[in-house]
Amino acid sequence: MKRVGVLALQGDVGEHVMMLESLDSVVVKVRTIEQLESIDALVLPGGESTTIAHLLVTAGLKDALGEKLRDGFPVFGTCAGLILLSAEILDGRADQWCYGALSVTLRRNGYGRQIASFESPIEVTGVGSVSGVFIRAPRIVAWDNDVEVLATLDPGDGRGEHPVFVRQKNVWGASFHPELAGDPRLHRLFVDSL
Amino acid sequence: MSPSKSPAVTGSALVKRGLADMLRGGVIMDVVNPEQAKIAEDAGAVAVMALERVPADIRRDGGVARMSDPLMIQEIQAAVTIPVMAKARIGHFAEAQILQALDVDYIDESEVLTPADEEYHIDKWAFTVPFVCGATNLGEALRRIGEGACLIRSKGEAGTGNVVEAVRHLRTINAQMRRLHSADKNELFTLAKDLQAPLPLVQEVAQSGKLPVPLFCAGGISTPADASLVLQLGAEAVFVGSGIFKSEDPTRMACAIVEATTHYLDASVVAKVSTGLGSAMKGWETSSLEQRLAERGW
Repeated sequence: MKRVGVLALQGDVGEHVMMLESLDSVVVKVRTIEQLESIDALVLPGGESTTIAHLLVTAGLKDALGEKLRDGFPVFGTCAGLILLSAEILDGRADQWCYGALSVTLRRNGYGRQIASFESPIEVTGVGSVSGVFIRAPRIVAWDNDVEVLATLDPGDGRGEHPVFVRQKNVWGASFHPELAGDPRLHRLFVDSL
Repeated sequence: MSPSKSPAVTGSALVKRGLADMLRGGVIMDVVNPEQAKIAEDAGAVAVMALERVPADIRRDGGVARMSDPLMIQEIQAAVTIPVMAKARIGHFAEAQILQALDVDYIDESEVLTPADEEYHIDKWAFTVPFVCGATNLGEALRRIGEGACLIRSKGEAGTGNVVEAVRHLRTINAQMRRLHSADKNELFTLAKDLQAPLPLVQEVAQSGKLPVPLFCAGGISTPADASLVLQLGAEAVFVGSGIFKSEDPTRMACAIVEATTHYLDASVVAKVSTGLGSAMKGWETSSLEQRLAERGW
């Protein structure tokens, strides 16, 4: 059985833990280097990306995780987690860093502030319709050819259709929150890929 | 693969509660200007509460405390990328309408401001923007949720720097939830009457053992140890009002409370961030207070 970590510095950690536990994986909440070194894969949860980035530094995890990502470590990021994995951030803080593990450019709050946060069904390749919950979500506005687009969405805000669920080798990212809808199918895709 | 093109639904309970879920494990800081908002964001705050005076100053100055000037809120929105919350007076739905029009991310219908209605709280279901409300006990929490609140914070006693009321309110809410969770289902009708809370919500808490929305803690948290204490008592995140910018070294205090909130179960981390921190805000002994803000709201 694989040991799957959930980065537990801030955010909706509990929801991801519930999803993963329903899939018979051993789930580890990761706050320390020792915990990071004990797992086969990691989920980066939703939350505030600037807060999680700050806490990765203060907890001494930033470089250790970066090294793992360069070695092809399997990760799945949702919303803030996707922001941390991305290659370029538009409309973020001037000094906001990201790992560049996923060759996408995204715009923070690219679907608007909280008042524009929304739910919409999402058609995912090989899975079918899942419930997409977008909370101040980042918008993937550019991506490299080797990024596999598994779902797209046009929310009807006049800014067009963009990827919302992507994969590049071992790195998976969703701009929405599959963990909030109580449906573990996307987590299953990730765990089955390990 | 076909693109998903269904109409997007805004303002649903899941979407409104979802932002509260994203703030879990974080610190929401009161700020009165863009400079403080930047300090809060730099220190790792998950959100800021934009207001004209922190509770300690409201308490000192007296007078009527109202919604902040929209210009100040907009300046803070422009200064940071994290969510910006703002306070409306209890029952003042026109202030709430203005805050929604300003695109704030969360409205706090707050006892820290002077109440505008002594009988009715705001109908929060009528808004797309989510609301947080304070509570001193489970009945009050469930009444607010019944009115549409998507996040509950235990009230504590704002502006005192004294955590005693926050502890009292958290313990009360948790004890009352445990009572419901262990109750026979035939008892719930009378328990709902005693709590003065909507029966369906009482039944939901009895089933799950927890609130249907996240439970955060506010009112009197002023050190990293205070944050660790209330998180260990079951709070999922903390609001820090006067505790940061009334301390000797706000930047360090902000960073320390953020770290203590993440690592609240690791006393060695809380000890490290507490070391040489400078003095916390001076604070008030609550028995000496003339005005108890927690008594506002019903």
